[in-house]
Amino acid sequence: MLELKNVSLHVGQFELQDVSLKIQQGEYYVILGLSGAGKSMLLECISGMKLPYQGSIIMDGIDITYEKIQKRNIGYVFQDHAVFPHMNVYDNVAYAIRRSRSKTEIRDKVHEVAKIVNIQHLLNRQPTTLSGGESQRVALARTLIREPKYILLDEPFASLDVQLRDDLRALLRKINRLGKTIIHVTHDYEEAISLAQKIAVFQDGRIIQQGNSFEVFSNPVSGFVARFRGIRNFFSVKMKSKNTVDFNDGLTIEIPAQKSISSGYLMINSQDVSVAKSRDEAILSNQFKGVITDVIPNFKGNEISIKSDLHLTSFITHQLFKQLNIKIGDEIWASIHPKNIKYLISN
Amino acid sequence: MVRTDSFALILSLLGGVVLLFIVAPLAGLFLETPIASLMETTQDKEVTQSILLTLGTSFGATLFFAFFAIPLAFLLARKNFYGKRWVLGIIDLPIVIPHSAAGIAVLGFISRDSIVGQLASNVGLDFVGHPVGIALAMAFVSIPFLINAAKDGFSSVPVRLEQAAKNLGASSIRVLFTISIPLAWRHILSGFILMFARGLSEFGAVVIVAYHPMITPVLIFERYTSYGLKYARPVAVVFILVCLVFFIGLRLLVRGSKQKDSVGIPPLNEKK
Repeated sequence: MLELKNVSLHVGQFELQDVSLKIQQGEYYVILGLSGAGKSMLLECISGMKLPYQGSIIMDGIDITYEKIQKRNIGYVFQDHAVFPHMNVYDNVAYAIRRSRSKTEIRDKVHEVAKIVNIQHLLNRQPTTLSGGESQRVALARTLIREPKYILLDEPFASLDVQLRDDLRALLRKINRLGKTIIHVTHDYEEAISLAQKIAVFQDGRIIQQGNSFEVFSNPVSGFVARFRGIRNFFSVKMKSKNTVDFNDGLTIEIPAQKSISSGYLMINSQDVSVAKSRDEAILSNQFKGVITDVIPNFKGNEISIKSDLHLTSFITHQLFKQLNIKIGDEIWASIHPKNIKYLISN
Repeated sequence: MVRTDSFALILSLLGGVVLLFIVAPLAGLFLETPIASLMETTQDKEVTQSILLTLGTSFGATLFFAFFAIPLAFLLARKNFYGKRWVLGIIDLPIVIPHSAAGIAVLGFISRDSIVGQLASNVGLDFVGHPVGIALAMAFVSIPFLINAAKDGFSSVPVRLEQAAKNLGASSIRVLFTISIPLAWRHILSGFILMFARGLSEFGAVVIVAYHPMITPVLIFERYTSYGLKYARPVAVVFILVCLVFFIGLRLLVRGSKQKDSVGIPPLNEKK
């Protein structure tokens, strides 16, 4: 098990604050956060490239906080792959075992890992002739040959196109199934959800939520986490009664009945925010008049931003969009059925 | 229709003046030296011995000090420490001080009155008037070229690559020899050439430390003051040609040091 206990680190203006994680052997652990949140710095800290000023890193019961990089046996695949440009692929892959094995052993081992990541045909090539995906695989093979217990991946999908992403995803699952613990940092929710057994969400140098991926995204603790799931309507509220909540400005919304009064969050899917050009008299609650401030089309429909008592986002089909003849600046009525509102009690 | 770029024309004319300034004296030197006197000079034992001495001492000085200069360059490229600016300034000092003054400084350091000179004297070595003294004077004025070029070379190597190598279990010394030096090699070799060339051409510092044995720049000066321009010119031409051969040869080596695709990776089925 790899455990980080209250790790804090200072680099220039940036700070990692009180990071605590527990990563079990064989787990696929994803650290999700926006660019510049400190995710890569955390990996550098785990690998020993940067030293924390506070806290400790425990690997399999041994404190490795101040252990040399070379002694940790934690593999690191850099975002830019860092393939040695003056060595061919074979020499790159063999680098870690060049001093410790015989020529025959090195050759066998190189071919073994090359087969796992499917780069046998690239062994004679120079790094400058490799594509982004090929270079990524070489970096992975070079790390795997050392047989590290833990593999750190820094934004491994960043430079890959869609087809290569699918291939790499399958490869990473395969490596994980071989028993390797993977710690993968990314800013991409889809990437995280498709691979992670456990997720930690990172914001401004802190972990704001962690757990298994289903738990985290079913019960986001902040708008930041909710937005990763594509949930645009996420509000912090206080309950007024068992089936109504109050916003700070006095606005009240009806929600499904709860067992007790508490503070928490409202989560509403964009698809569940209905829009109409006029007020629907049949709807008795949760109906707001607003102005359309933005329209973002995609192949499924249109995402509409509405400025009203609540800042809402609605997602409607192209057909309805055409039918309502929606334009930025138009007045619109937005409504939400209480049964479509999810209330989450805050911790 | 061809468009005239008047700005580029002005730049070319101004640049042409500089080129002419460099080429004209050298061309004059070559044109005014008869082939017969050149051939005669190449047979002159004093000239050939001085050329060999100059090449040997400059190369020896460059090679010897490279062992100290390259680690220093790596340290300066990779580490930040208190007083680093001062160290960088000290390294450039020999470039800006007059070379005769440098010669006086080196002489004071290695003469029999100094601690270093006394220690050397105890083992039967007198630096003054000795090739070792010449090499030290050459190194003093030329070492900044090697240090600065190597430092630039190491700075151009991404730290990421060194970190990646360490992450793969390589010790710091292995990282230096397998990643940093190979990737900075062309800069280091360029610095080596510059230091060597600068050593070859040194006169001011060497003439104070050791007038004898004569290195070629001193011999040219000696021939000029004793016999006149006519006798100094062939020696100068021969020495320039020798320097050019070495300079061009080493430059070609730098160009050729680009890594070639390696071949012959043993296939898996070729077990011994």
